[in-house]
Amino acid sequence: MKALKIAVLAKQVPDTHNVGADAMNADGTINRAALPTVFNPEDLKALEMALQLKEEVEGSTVTVITMGPPRAAEIIRDARNRGADDGFVLSDMRFAGADTLATSYALSCAVQSLGAVDVIFCGRQAIDGDTAQVGPQVAEKLSMPQVTYAELLMEHDDKTLTIQRRLERGTEVVRVQMPALVTVTSAATDCRYPNAHRMLRYGNNEVTVHSADDIETDLSRLGLSGSPTKVKRIENVVLAHKEAEQVTPTEEGLGRLAQTLISEHIL
Amino acid sequence: MAKNNVLVYCEMSEKNTVADISLELCTKGRQLATRLGGRLQAAVLGHNLGEAVKELSPYGVDDVFVADDSRLSPYRTLPHFAVLIQLLEKEQPGIVLFGASSVGRDLAPRIASRLRCGLTADCTQLEIGDHTDAKTQTTYKDILMQIRPAFGGNIIATIVTPQTLPQMATVREGVMKKELFDPSYKSEIHKVEVAIDAGDDSAVQILSREIEEQRIDIKGAQVIVAGGYGMGSADNFKLLHDFARLIGGTVGATRAAVDAGFCEGERQIGQTGVTVRPKLYIACGISGAVQHRAGMEQSAKIISINTDPDAPINAIADYTIIGDVMTVIPQLMEAYKKHLK
Repeated sequence: MKALKIAVLAKQVPDTHNVGADAMNADGTINRAALPTVFNPEDLKALEMALQLKEEVEGSTVTVITMGPPRAAEIIRDARNRGADDGFVLSDMRFAGADTLATSYALSCAVQSLGAVDVIFCGRQAIDGDTAQVGPQVAEKLSMPQVTYAELLMEHDDKTLTIQRRLERGTEVVRVQMPALVTVTSAATDCRYPNAHRMLRYGNNEVTVHSADDIETDLSRLGLSGSPTKVKRIENVVLAHKEAEQVTPTEEGLGRLAQTLISEHIL
Repeated sequence: MAKNNVLVYCEMSEKNTVADISLELCTKGRQLATRLGGRLQAAVLGHNLGEAVKELSPYGVDDVFVADDSRLSPYRTLPHFAVLIQLLEKEQPGIVLFGASSVGRDLAPRIASRLRCGLTADCTQLEIGDHTDAKTQTTYKDILMQIRPAFGGNIIATIVTPQTLPQMATVREGVMKKELFDPSYKSEIHKVEVAIDAGDDSAVQILSREIEEQRIDIKGAQVIVAGGYGMGSADNFKLLHDFARLIGGTVGATRAAVDAGFCEGERQIGQTGVTVRPKLYIACGISGAVQHRAGMEQSAKIISINTDPDAPINAIADYTIIGDVMTVIPQLMEAYKKHLK
């Protein structure tokens, strides 16, 4: 079988479970420097699916692409330790403030810089935005069919991939023609661990950082200027207090509550 | 003017009826179109649509665009994309709404990419308003305010797309109310010519589908016993099932509880789950992140059981019980049994 050129789109995301008060800039964008980061969980699952395909088709390569600040090189290194051949970071102030449209444009240009790619895997969505938009948008920009919500790569041949998708209330099995873009959900297999041998061998290798000048782009479609969505207003969540009645967790207190609910026909 | 029109992309259910989410969007779309003085439009793409189209009129739909073709059912991205893009380019509505379902979230971003317009995911409110750009001082009148919790639920963001059309948003099922507008409302039905390239038709082939009937009807439940991460374990979650069974309720959960594997995803309540409006909502070990509250704050009565007196959930509760769920719930069950007699 012909070797496949596989790309994985990944994102280093703030750990949204640990958000501090300085998480937002005054202009409504995210102050990423103030947050601990992780490899976006569904992107790790996408990497695993890519690595499985690579193992099955001899000679195939997996290249991981991420966009973010230079420290996003951490996830490229991590991906390499887990089995990816290589990767690079797209990092440039001109990418800053990008919404999903500008992000997908930049990523699609980065993918094109690799030449003809057979398959792109990415996570369904990132935990810092939950939009699930970038995958389908990259697919559109590259005129590739998309398979979203993938949970299992079942079969492949020279021209097609057979994939099981996870929908709200069931599953669907589809066969897609390559080249194609696949977004992977949390139901897919967990990614393998970094390999000690690979860590020793590649762990300290440099990670390439590309600027907007290193890939072919139309600068007006990048960053804030390429982003149609604007944040008009950010409100910190202030809770409208209504008078809550405090119920003491005693037999008497709970008894009275039960009585009230029953007499008001709520229960 | 076309830019005052609001178009809803209608999804078809497994039974070939218009999906609830789409009818909810029509209800919201009707309000927006009325406010803008425009028409409410619905795009229905599928096969053997006959009766389904008639369902839409009472929701105040002015124009129903019907694309009926075997290649459009079941849903596949590229055929739907091809037909919808052609329709949008012809009609040029100012606002397009999609359900935030596996279909809407697959199709809407691809459409937004082609039209190079904005798209806001999982909106919890949609309003019409004005926006003045802080830099240029240009004011944009009557544009769509796309409101959603963001960033771990710490903020509520209002997103606008002032310079590009259409303005697009997705909304989760159950977030907007489904309400008939006028039972005798008359729609104009427009047949859409279906043009799909052979390549778009053959790119993805569906080999099999296994779609189950909805098993858990959390949306329709009158009483919900919901558990959060504070329940501690899947084992402890069993207590919630006992409690719910006793009081005739249904078990719900927060995303944190679902992610932790305490309970199945179908029970998830909140921005990325289901929105509910029961008579009684009992929040057990739930701190009350804004995404969760977005899915339950319209409950008629809310009881919060939590060890933390400062948990955000307590601010919207009618009754707060400060204590450990594993102690309080059995006590409450006993109290209920006693007073029921």
